[in-house]
Amino acid sequence: MKICVLVKAVPDPAAPKRIDPATGRLDRTGETNLNGYDANALETALQLREGGVLAIDEIVAVTMGPAAAAKALQKAAALGADRSLHLIDDALAGSDLIATAYALAQVLEREAPDLVLLGQQSEDGTGYALGAAVADHLQMPSLTQVVSLQVDGGELVLERQTGYGYDTIRVALPAVISVSDAINVPRYPSLKAIMGAKRKPVQELSLADAGIDPARVGADGSCVTCGEFHAPAAKAAGQIIEADDTDVTVTEIVAYLQERKVI
Amino acid sequence: MPSDILVYVLEHEGTPSKSSLGVLAQAAELAAELGGQADALLLGGEEATDELCALLGAYGAARVLRSHGPLGLAQPVVDALDAAIDRCGYRYVILGGGLLGPEIGAGLGARRSAGVTVETTAITARDGELVAERPIFGETQISESRFRGELGIIVGRAGAFEARPATTPGAAEVVELDVPLRPYSTRAQVVKRDEQRGAELNIESAEVLVAGGRGLGDPESFKLCEDLAVAFGDGAAVAATRAVVDAGWYPYAAQVGQTGKTVAPKLYLAAGISGAVQHRVGMQGSGTIVAVNKDAGAPIFDFCDLGVVGDVKQILPKLTVAVAAAKGA
Repeated sequence: MKICVLVKAVPDPAAPKRIDPATGRLDRTGETNLNGYDANALETALQLREGGVLAIDEIVAVTMGPAAAAKALQKAAALGADRSLHLIDDALAGSDLIATAYALAQVLEREAPDLVLLGQQSEDGTGYALGAAVADHLQMPSLTQVVSLQVDGGELVLERQTGYGYDTIRVALPAVISVSDAINVPRYPSLKAIMGAKRKPVQELSLADAGIDPARVGADGSCVTCGEFHAPAAKAAGQIIEADDTDVTVTEIVAYLQERKVI
Repeated sequence: MPSDILVYVLEHEGTPSKSSLGVLAQAAELAAELGGQADALLLGGEEATDELCALLGAYGAARVLRSHGPLGLAQPVVDALDAAIDRCGYRYVILGGGLLGPEIGAGLGARRSAGVTVETTAITARDGELVAERPIFGETQISESRFRGELGIIVGRAGAFEARPATTPGAAEVVELDVPLRPYSTRAQVVKRDEQRGAELNIESAEVLVAGGRGLGDPESFKLCEDLAVAFGDGAAVAATRAVVDAGWYPYAAQVGQTGKTVAPKLYLAAGISGAVQHRVGMQGSGTIVAVNKDAGAPIFDFCDLGVVGDVKQILPKLTVAVAAAKGA
């Protein structure tokens, strides 16, 4: 059985983010790291293999992006992925959500995985959406925001929060599952694993290698166009109370709440 | 019609979600500007009654496409929207936020090779097309998106669109829609639905939320938040930040923020919460935000309506007494 884990390199969260004025896209130069939620997805894959209920032969990390994206694959390999695929092609730059999902699905289709795992959101972009789009291309069932995952009789039993409580869902494999960071605590790779990761195979794929139609990717192949920005409406500064006497403070809070008619 | 908008309405036990009604009312206005109409799509069981369809008219639905299928999953809804577009033709599909909106939108976008925007906080009609706005970089900038191609899909952020009746009600003509489900849409099945864990954790429908953060100091101090919520009476509940949920102080179901619930109560009282962006996106739509924090430099003081610099352990118990007295008066 094979698990593919979609991973992504994201900018260092501490670094200030900016839009490149020339392209209207996020400036992705600078330090990157593995998206935190993707570490949860990898941990899920590793626990499934270690759990032994499913016979997992191989865990394959898959990413798309420029050379810097390889950082996510190195981290994935250090955590325990057996090999990596890097979809890298200048023609992919500027792909929107749907173009990205199409391209990744083409790569995944060649691998024919039994399970595709990914983090439910990236720290630098869209949330909750990529897995569902990939799944429609692969014609697999898909669930996002999964907070627990068990194997039962060759199927997965998943839990997630809705606006009304917790739902428990049975899913037949193959499937595409996006996980929450509440699902587990990712392990730290050992120094030995970090060194060993460098010997694990990484295969680079171009559009042609993956059978991707160039007309469906990149900025020109994307259906969402952005590049215009404006500042949010400034919110009027709130009132601040800073009194030493708690009784005075409490009286002022209650008066304020009554004035706003919330009590 | 080339300028019509289709809105998916999530219903739960016969009640449409507030997010769905919010985007429906917005869609009705936008469709009028574009010279078209807004229709609603319902996917439900016996709960999708004529009364429910009529209610959607009050929020602007010209037609209600009623279909039947499994509940609680996105892919059957994708099949239904796909069938509706085949039958009636739409220029845009708009979905409310929450769990299923982004899943449905992305699945439909892949199915029909259409552009999708998520986390949308505002939609405007300009030059005969819709422009979707989304805050980025910790709400410091708004990015505008437009769509190429025959269809554009817009997924709202939960709570971003107020559920208010439309200025011009729609006729809500009911059209029965037959939905052929894709084989893979039936390979996931909800086996247990709406399980409640921990008491009174339906924070999304609360009118008053007392939310606790790290500044409470210890898990026991959540009792102070619970007492205050009781003082506010029916419709009040306790929420929590991710930091304290991760620390095991309070259940995950109470979590507000990027990875938790998005809430917009009339009053959000933040106790010992610094106001990081991840929390802010889940509660900034609240009517009135009151923050109590001993750190005068906390980011929450930049966007609250009333900021109280002080010790939550001192203030909350006295505030509980005062609120109970005010409520009783």
